[in-house]
Amino acid sequence: MRNVWVICKRELSAYFSSPLAYVFIVIFLALAGSVTFYVGGFLEGGRADLQAFFNFHPWLYLFLIPALGMRLWAEERKSGTIEFLMTLPVRTSEAVGGKFLAAWLFAGIALVLTFPIWITVNYLGDPDNGLILAAYFGSWLMAGSFLAISACVSATTKNQVIAFVLSAAVCFMFLMSGLEMVQSFFRSWAPELFVRAVAQISFLTNFFDLTEGVIDTRAVVYFLSLIGVSLVINTAIVEMKKGQ
Amino acid sequence: MDTLVDIRGLTKYFGPVKAVEGVTFSVKRGEVLGFLGPNGAGKSTTMKMLAGYLTPTSGSATVCGYDITRQTIDVQRRLGYLPEGAPAYGDLTPLGLMRFAAGLRGITGAKRDKLIQTSVERLELQSVLQRPIETLSKGFKRRVSLAQSILHDPEVLILDEPTDGLDPNQKFQVRNLLQQMAKNKAIIISTHILEEVDAVCSRVIIIGDGKVMADAQPGQLETRSAYHNAVVMRMPTADAEKAEKVLSGMAYVVKVERIGQWNGTAQLRALSAGGADILSTVHQAVSKAGVTLQQIHVEHGRLDDVFRKLTSKSRNKEA
Repeated sequence: MRNVWVICKRELSAYFSSPLAYVFIVIFLALAGSVTFYVGGFLEGGRADLQAFFNFHPWLYLFLIPALGMRLWAEERKSGTIEFLMTLPVRTSEAVGGKFLAAWLFAGIALVLTFPIWITVNYLGDPDNGLILAAYFGSWLMAGSFLAISACVSATTKNQVIAFVLSAAVCFMFLMSGLEMVQSFFRSWAPELFVRAVAQISFLTNFFDLTEGVIDTRAVVYFLSLIGVSLVINTAIVEMKKGQ
Repeated sequence: MDTLVDIRGLTKYFGPVKAVEGVTFSVKRGEVLGFLGPNGAGKSTTMKMLAGYLTPTSGSATVCGYDITRQTIDVQRRLGYLPEGAPAYGDLTPLGLMRFAAGLRGITGAKRDKLIQTSVERLELQSVLQRPIETLSKGFKRRVSLAQSILHDPEVLILDEPTDGLDPNQKFQVRNLLQQMAKNKAIIISTHILEEVDAVCSRVIIIGDGKVMADAQPGQLETRSAYHNAVVMRMPTADAEKAEKVLSGMAYVVKVERIGQWNGTAQLRALSAGGADILSTVHQAVSKAGVTLQQIHVEHGRLDDVFRKLTSKSRNKEA
């Protein structure tokens, strides 16, 4: 556990020692703010909640989170530092955990920095702050799932651009699986159980469950297990790819 | 002396490609083993397996008594390893890198600071301690990685080309450091620089095509050279032909070479048959023939010659 934390600290400092952290945070905040007001119609809606804000998170994450995760392993493999890291007394799973945790905490920091919108909605009306908190938590969980997938994909290649594009593509599939368009495609030929299963793994479905009501245990378990499974696969890929 | 590294039939295949095949040797405390071989011979692969980075296809090895595949973490705790090319996080400072490595080795607080200080002093890194590694020169980068590998005062050191990219002064400094540390450690270094072997190694292993071709002390290896006990003489050019005639008639001389000619003097080298001691016979015969010898000395033999002989033989066999 100590090693996870040591690696996590080092990774967090790596984000902040490059422009990546600042670019990411600025772009995330600017996009999150502008889509809420201009596309989501936050003010026009006249409702004291942050639905207009959270609705766009899955789409922002779709390309921002792979950008955060793409360097995690691809960069180590490209520069050869993976050999330095993996010959220190560290288990691969600890390295995988530490790196993921750092990126996840970083995403959390970016999310926390959107607090002015929460102040705004409290200033304008009287929102259900418990619901907002649950939605923030759900958003962070979803970010973690996107990240775990991106980290996993990053371990398969030395090329960060490939890692980014592939991660975004895989995340897109997870996002879309709940949409009516995808559902109707499967419904035409697949058994009902399968169609329901596809809907269940959708990020959108699970995320909106979390933003719309009290914390739904099923959605929480879903996101956490997706993160867990991705990290296990990530560990296996790192082990497998060491010699290449 | 106790054995700290013990390798038994270590073999590694990358898919169908053989990298290392049946490498067997052991290294005792106090030994500095020079690991030689042409590029692609399997030096780095062997070292990577010992460091727990690669898993062997077959065979086994222990470091300080711990198995490299089943007790990898225990091995890594006792091992200092410098990977090929000395990779390090460019955004970190040397201090940051050493703190990171110390953290993963569970070394903290005052003990950590003391060990870092010792390491920094040994490699003279004081002036660059707070600068990002990516801005440092090649020589400093290498020394930062070296400092990291000796930080925890490990019993076993495995260094893949530790002096690559260093200037002659820095090479000298690192070799001195290795000799200082050799007493209570087992050290394995790989190198392309044969003079380094004479300078620091107490033992040499030459590998070619993934196999051990020779395992001996540097002095012993030199005796396998065609130049071992060759006699080199300098004389006036006028006498050279006479000397050549006498020498080529001698039973123990296999070959006579004229290796240089300047300012009215010529230099000849008489290669000894089977490395026999021919100095006095050659001296007598040449003097008797009336050659004025200006200088005469015996060569020990050349490591690069042995190296070439051993490693090109294996290559030809493969072809």
